[in-house]
Amino acid sequence: MIPIEVTSLKKHYGEIKAVDGISFTVNEGEVFGLLGPNGAGKTTTIEILEGLRKREGGEVKVLGLDPWGKGYELHKRVGVMAQGFTFFEEANPREAIKYYADLFGVKANPDEILREVILEDSAKNLFKNLSGGQKQKMGLALSLVNSPELLFLDEPTTGLDPSARRAIWDVIRGLKAKGKTIILTTHYLEEAEQLSDRVAIMDHGQIVAMGTADEIIQKHGSAERLEIHGSEDLANYIKANTELKVDYDGKGMISVALNGRIDALAALAAAEQSGLGWGEIRTRRDSLEDVFVYLVSGTIDEHGEIKTEGKTRTLSDKGGR
Amino acid sequence: MASVKRVISDFRLFGRGYMRNVAGLFFGLIFPVILILIFGAIFSGNNTGEVTVFLQNQDTSAPDISGNFIKALNDTSILNVQSVDASENFTKYLSEHSSSDGIIIPANFSLNYALQQPINVTVYGNPTQSTNGIILGTVNGITNFFNLRAYGGSYIIGINTATVGYESPKYVDFLIPGLIGFSILVSPMFSMVNITAEYKKNKLFKQLSLTPLTKFEWLAAKVMFYIVLAVISFLLMVAVGIFVFGANITLTVWLIPFLILGPMMFCSLGMLVGTITKSVETASVIGNIITFPMMFLSGTFFPLSIMPQYLQSVAHVLPLFYIVEGLNNVLVYGNIGAALIDIAVTLVITLVVFVAAAKLFKWRED
Repeated sequence: MIPIEVTSLKKHYGEIKAVDGISFTVNEGEVFGLLGPNGAGKTTTIEILEGLRKREGGEVKVLGLDPWGKGYELHKRVGVMAQGFTFFEEANPREAIKYYADLFGVKANPDEILREVILEDSAKNLFKNLSGGQKQKMGLALSLVNSPELLFLDEPTTGLDPSARRAIWDVIRGLKAKGKTIILTTHYLEEAEQLSDRVAIMDHGQIVAMGTADEIIQKHGSAERLEIHGSEDLANYIKANTELKVDYDGKGMISVALNGRIDALAALAAAEQSGLGWGEIRTRRDSLEDVFVYLVSGTIDEHGEIKTEGKTRTLSDKGGR
Repeated sequence: MASVKRVISDFRLFGRGYMRNVAGLFFGLIFPVILILIFGAIFSGNNTGEVTVFLQNQDTSAPDISGNFIKALNDTSILNVQSVDASENFTKYLSEHSSSDGIIIPANFSLNYALQQPINVTVYGNPTQSTNGIILGTVNGITNFFNLRAYGGSYIIGINTATVGYESPKYVDFLIPGLIGFSILVSPMFSMVNITAEYKKNKLFKQLSLTPLTKFEWLAAKVMFYIVLAVISFLLMVAVGIFVFGANITLTVWLIPFLILGPMMFCSLGMLVGTITKSVETASVIGNIITFPMMFLSGTFFPLSIMPQYLQSVAHVLPLFYIVEGLNNVLVYGNIGAALIDIAVTLVITLVVFVAAAKLFKWRED
């Protein structure tokens, strides 16, 4: 059975199309990343899948169930770590796990779960005294209590420092290694790249690209290029003596588009022939980040906001796409 | 579908958290006891019932009749006689001791008495104060006794003291049901207003909605916890009332409905306030607007009878009034018939608030 099937999902908040007809599937044992800036519709999407929000259109099947109608049944089989996980201040992780085990009516071994999320050392520290990373780990621990087939992780590392973020990644990799199906949302490109088998890039409620990182780069990125440190004269020489597409950036970097790797030999032969000096060479492909910048026309800052030409895109800019 | 196991589990986690929160524990259990100690001490007055009176004996003549007279005043157990040296200016002494109650035995009192010559004892006092009447009466009684004896009459008329079977309630007797009502109101109300608004804000309810716990189970666990808290608080206050102030109250099973319905009503009311308000701050303001008038006007700290008529009418629309009145009927007057009416009213209000809270409260949004 396919754990998650989404077809033409729609959700509006007044005039704003939070989710605008998206479709995707998540396969068993896969880590699927929903990547996008704040307000792209990631959390709305994942909350509809969790049964926390009602959809307005389209079909959603999670473990074969409609999450809105069959939420109570579904929740026994999935694990959820909500965005900005919080818990009762005066409870510690061990008590929280026992509490969840009682609620789910399952036998759980708190020590084993705490070890799985690397939180054994803070088992008896009250929630209010835990660090941001430890709180997130506790959220992960609770999502595991009912041994779920499917995990929803909504921005699992938002607001954490880099080392705490890496610690959470290790935990998620461990869960993946155990064969759990995971869907996670993030506005950190690196996180999506590091953890996900497949990524869907969301913007303005739509999926603008989907697939493995390679597939997305292949489809939306430019071709491989050869970069040569050299003068404008050299660039012109190569251009004149080969069939290749050559660009010069005005700052001593020549870029040659490659249709195949053999093109690189032609370019280098021309350079050698020219008698002009040239320095370092390398081939370069677009990274997921490069592609992302083309697709959502901006970069994402630490807080998940889109930056376009130095200004932050605000919510009011949305909708008109 | 409700699971007792889940309710108990939530009860335990909440209870453990509550016990770890010193502020909550203080306001839930200790604060009402402090109130009963303070109010009880203020209003119970001197436990022996003695009235303090200053006495200046200017008599030095023999035989020592004045000494016997003073002893007789003291032996009544009504007056606590404080001697003032004969050299003092008596009225000045009284004012320096912020007292208006005094007795002067004049010079040659004993001699005149022995010679059977008229001689007057002077009693100072403020007629507007109750102590003045007590002192006058006592001095009058002792004077008559001495007069009778002096005229050679034998001891003819004495005074026996007695009490009727019905002891009229003391202030502390009203204070206990009042403060139990106070504690039934305050702990669940403030706590539920706050946590409902808080959990809504930080999405804890949303998180709990992803577990098999239902909102009814969650509310039931809170009600259960505050019933337990109310019972402990009740026992503490009754113990303090009886052992510290000698309160005269009757404990019967008719108390139980109030100890169950009260916390249930105010848990639900608190949750209702936290649910219908948009922010934690608004919730807290609305909660206070509801709680504070009820706290003072329901007969909690002062008997309703001392309030003006219009305030007494206001009290009759406050839910806590029926709980305090009912507790008074059971604990102080033993009037179960009247208490049944209070139980009925409380039950109806509780059910209405409980159903409203459970209906309007949402685990998740659309």
